[in-house]
Amino acid sequence: MNSATFNPAARAAATSEAPRVAAAAPTAPAVPARAAAPVVRAPRPPIDWRGLWLAVLPPVAGLGLLLGIWALGTAGSGSSLPTPAATFEAALKLFSDPFYQNGPNDQGIGWNVLYSLQRVGVGFGLAAAVGIPLGFLIGRFDFVGRMFGPLISLLKPVSPLAWLPIGLLVFKRADPAAIWTIFICSIWPMVVNTAVGVQRVPQDYLNVARVLNLSEWKVITRILFPAVLPYMLTGVRLSVGTAWLVIVAAEMLTGGVGIGFWVWDEWNNLNVKHIIVAIFVIGIVGLALEQLLIAIARRFSWEDR
Amino acid sequence: MGKFIDIQGVEMVFATRKGRFHALREIDLDVAPGEFVTLIGHSGCGKSTLLNLIAGLTRPTAGVLLCDNREIAAPGPERAVVFQNHSLLPWLSCFDNVHLAVERVFGASESRAQLKQRTVAALALVGMDHALAKRPHEISGGMKQRVGIARALAMEPKVLLMDEPFGALDALTRARLQDELLKIVARTKSTVVMVTHDVDEAVLLSDRIVMMTNGPAATIGQVLRVDLPRPRERVALAEDRHYVQCRKEVLDFLYTRQGHVEKAA
Repeated sequence: MNSATFNPAARAAATSEAPRVAAAAPTAPAVPARAAAPVVRAPRPPIDWRGLWLAVLPPVAGLGLLLGIWALGTAGSGSSLPTPAATFEAALKLFSDPFYQNGPNDQGIGWNVLYSLQRVGVGFGLAAAVGIPLGFLIGRFDFVGRMFGPLISLLKPVSPLAWLPIGLLVFKRADPAAIWTIFICSIWPMVVNTAVGVQRVPQDYLNVARVLNLSEWKVITRILFPAVLPYMLTGVRLSVGTAWLVIVAAEMLTGGVGIGFWVWDEWNNLNVKHIIVAIFVIGIVGLALEQLLIAIARRFSWEDR
Repeated sequence: MGKFIDIQGVEMVFATRKGRFHALREIDLDVAPGEFVTLIGHSGCGKSTLLNLIAGLTRPTAGVLLCDNREIAAPGPERAVVFQNHSLLPWLSCFDNVHLAVERVFGASESRAQLKQRTVAALALVGMDHALAKRPHEISGGMKQRVGIARALAMEPKVLLMDEPFGALDALTRARLQDELLKIVARTKSTVVMVTHDVDEAVLLSDRIVMMTNGPAATIGQVLRVDLPRPRERVALAEDRHYVQCRKEVLDFLYTRQGHVEKAA
């Protein structure tokens, strides 16, 4: 193992730390739930009002601050942005019928979100199917690592939108082009994290495998895979985040049904209230995806906690 | 006495970034069946390297290692290793950790029930059958080391190789595990090669103590035979004249004749 010479490894060391820090932010809203849970389960100790207060107050205050600034900024009559109240009203109307269908270019927001999620699912699924095995190969075989190392370093920082024309050219249609863009952008975190995970499997575990003379299949299923799983899931989480970022931009350019296209469509209608609603929807769906994967990661984690 | 492990003229040179590092030179040693041999020396003298060579985890630069008249070319379950840091797989329960080894050695010839029975028996031997379903992080350091020993014993190895198995434990736990190891070895009549840096441990457990000179290019400085009758009782031995004599000889070797490393540092 020579991770020092494998360039992406060093870089991934930074990326694999980053998700932990990044993970802390989305978990913050989850803290109240966790802090409150023992209070509910064990009735005997008195309710920890102070802890509950500390857990609930700051997030509410943060949200209040945002709304306050928004309200202040839009208070004047000349403002081009809608007020929070007007936006809320528009949102209520939107969500009262999220699944209507008036032709291909006028569908409910629910359909738009689902179409976007479907594209993300397909693109991300393909990326996982290719990226995770590739990561294993790169981590396990030094030659493959050295072969793909420079390629990954070169392609990883490329903006998603730069890939879109290539997709349009090759696939001739908007939908596969969007999926292609998601694929190519969300594959890197999975490749790199899996590769780093394989390289960091402690030598002790591999020595155990050697002393027991385990078959290659047993080495993979009993030792390599469980040891790499936490790294892999970090990569998966990063990838889903990237995919959700990319889909909005890609759909703006390709059109069709999808939350990104919807934002662009509403811009053309100059319906700013709907754009702001869409921003919240995109944020909430992204948060939900992240939380889902954190929950999966925790379910499969063998690390104590 | 026959030669069960036979080491002839072994040299070990590592290629490091700073150049070649000559770890071991001219190692000649043989171990009889059922014998308990400890390797002792200051840290960095290559005693773990020698153990890894016997295990087959590394190959010597020159020389030959034989086990039961066959060349040691690769690790194998007939030479079970108890690692210094226990090396249990954290995602498997104690039972599964041992079962993995049992399955590998006996899986082809025995039924599932027999394999399970062997696994439980090995854990019972080290007094860990109460924690079958526990994961390694749920048990103490001493318990992990016991499970590591159970995993090695469960393979019914020809040789048990132990790399400072009790090094990371507190003195009381260490003493208890040493006593248990003595009983187990008496029962299973295993051949054992053990690396240690603890003089008392070496004298208490060994039939022979192999003392190694300081590295680089370490070699065997002296071999001391410990002719104390078995079973051995740690408390009674403390005042035994031969025990005290052996202990003094090892201390003398380590601190008077090979002590210059410590003085320099």
